[in-house]
Amino acid sequence: MMVMRSLAAALPAAPVRDNSILRRRRHELFVAGVVLVVLALLPLATHDVYFQNLIILTILFAGLAQAWNILGGYCGQISLGHALYFGIGGYVSTLLFVRAGVPPTFGMVAGGMVGALAALLVGWPCFRLSGHYYAIATVVVGEIGYLLFLNWDFVGGASGVYVPFTGHSLINLQFRVSKLPWHYVALGFAAIAWLTAFLVEGSRWSYSWRAIKDDVIAARSLGVRVFPSKMAAAGISGFLTAMGGAIYAQYVGYIDPDSVMAGSLSILIALPAVLGGVGTLWGPLIGSAVLIPLSELSRSYLGGSGSGVDLMLYGALITGVALARPQGLVSLIGVKRRSGGGDAPAA
Amino acid sequence: MPPLLEIDRVSKAFDGVQANVEVSFAVHEGEILGLIGPNGAGKTSLFNSISGEVTPDAGEIRFEGQPISGLGPVACARLGIARTFQVVRSFDSMTVLENVMVGAFARASSARAAMTAAEQVLAFTGLGARVDTAAYLLTPPEKRRLEIARALATNPRLLLLDEMLTGLTPAEAQAGVQLIREIRAQGVTIIMVEHVMEVLLPLVERAVVLNLGRVLTEGRPQEIVRDPAVIKAYLGDRYAAA
Repeated sequence: MMVMRSLAAALPAAPVRDNSILRRRRHELFVAGVVLVVLALLPLATHDVYFQNLIILTILFAGLAQAWNILGGYCGQISLGHALYFGIGGYVSTLLFVRAGVPPTFGMVAGGMVGALAALLVGWPCFRLSGHYYAIATVVVGEIGYLLFLNWDFVGGASGVYVPFTGHSLINLQFRVSKLPWHYVALGFAAIAWLTAFLVEGSRWSYSWRAIKDDVIAARSLGVRVFPSKMAAAGISGFLTAMGGAIYAQYVGYIDPDSVMAGSLSILIALPAVLGGVGTLWGPLIGSAVLIPLSELSRSYLGGSGSGVDLMLYGALITGVALARPQGLVSLIGVKRRSGGGDAPAA
Repeated sequence: MPPLLEIDRVSKAFDGVQANVEVSFAVHEGEILGLIGPNGAGKTSLFNSISGEVTPDAGEIRFEGQPISGLGPVACARLGIARTFQVVRSFDSMTVLENVMVGAFARASSARAAMTAAEQVLAFTGLGARVDTAAYLLTPPEKRRLEIARALATNPRLLLLDEMLTGLTPAEAQAGVQLIREIRAQGVTIIMVEHVMEVLLPLVERAVVLNLGRVLTEGRPQEIVRDPAVIKAYLGDRYAAA
């Protein structure tokens, strides 16, 4: 077609008229700027170490849920094994630091790459499964990873690995006294995850996923390739999740399979996105802001006797939202949901 | 020059029902070919074979001399075969522009390039004022145009139109005919399945008539409407004798 062919030559210079897509994306960037400033100023509000910790964990899990959201929300491939990538990130950066003296700032990138590789290796066979079978496969793979690390002496087995304190150092992510630097490390991570989701949302992959969810036959007739776009989502999601795992390991100072690879952690990574709104830019942050404080508060106020109560609250909350607001909490504040739901597309 | 598309003794059965039996014909670059026949003649089945949706049981389909049977819809789309559907399949969670961008991504290297290409195609198909409208809000004739725009955005050499004029008012159908002529003028070869004979026949240079899965006859429209076999297939024995 000549219109289109001549167009191809003139593409880079061709101006695009303003349209709803460009307006919405400008708006999202503006909101993100405001949210970033607010979150950056949040430490001014409290000197209480307990609340500082709560805020740091909330922001960290907002980033993790966003990483999950890229695969589970936008791409529609529900993963219930993200603790595997989280744990891999934590172990890679920690072991590199403890055994080889590699600074965790580099270690978290290395961990991210191993996490991405793991996600691709899981995706390669599992994306051939349709519908909910992918979700089931990720549960199994997550459990395999947990058992592997539990019985692997080189990585400390069940007794785990301590991160030794080697003195105040930014590059080693070791800070004396104050929790303040951790606030900005977590915020930086969450910002990277958000920006990645924003870029993914505007990319060809996001259009492919939405088209497949709406009508897979029409999508294929337009040349939409399914498998490569799923692999891309898995790789990105695995990288970011592992990076978050590396940050968590340095923050807590100790890792073992139960704290970074347990199946319940996979749920904790996925839930904020589900509660806040899957396939949305702000769902993970909103969901995390509700769930993480709820979890921590119920745990600290109810103590040992209340263990499990936080999970009961989770269950009640998710059930309530699923019934009353299936599109997630984000739909309450008038943010228009862009993408299809969490239903895995039949592909 | 070899034909753009060659259908070579293609057969396809669904659950024992023969949808196409040894169908053979060729489509030449730049023509508008009509594919007609009574209900159940196998027109849409043949479309599904050409666009890669299904694989023929026997025979071969060649596009620009290259066998394409069994490649699947994605590969066929990327080779330059685009289609619309008898029952409209718009992406209803998206705006008009986003729908067409999905097609444009088949060729475009970036989101910005896809957006520019999609806007051009929408202007060409007369939907320029509807870019930001949600697809599900379009009127039926607009939805047909949207499907054409989306298909054109993949930059096809061959466009398959499945009953795109059916169910439209005469005025809407005429506007559709005009659009089809403009598309052909851009160098796109077109095969159209249609029931509305009086609209189709002035538009096409050549028509292939299918009946009970087989090619009944092919030729120029004027010849076909006088062919007793065609009249019999459409209207029954009594009218053929008249």
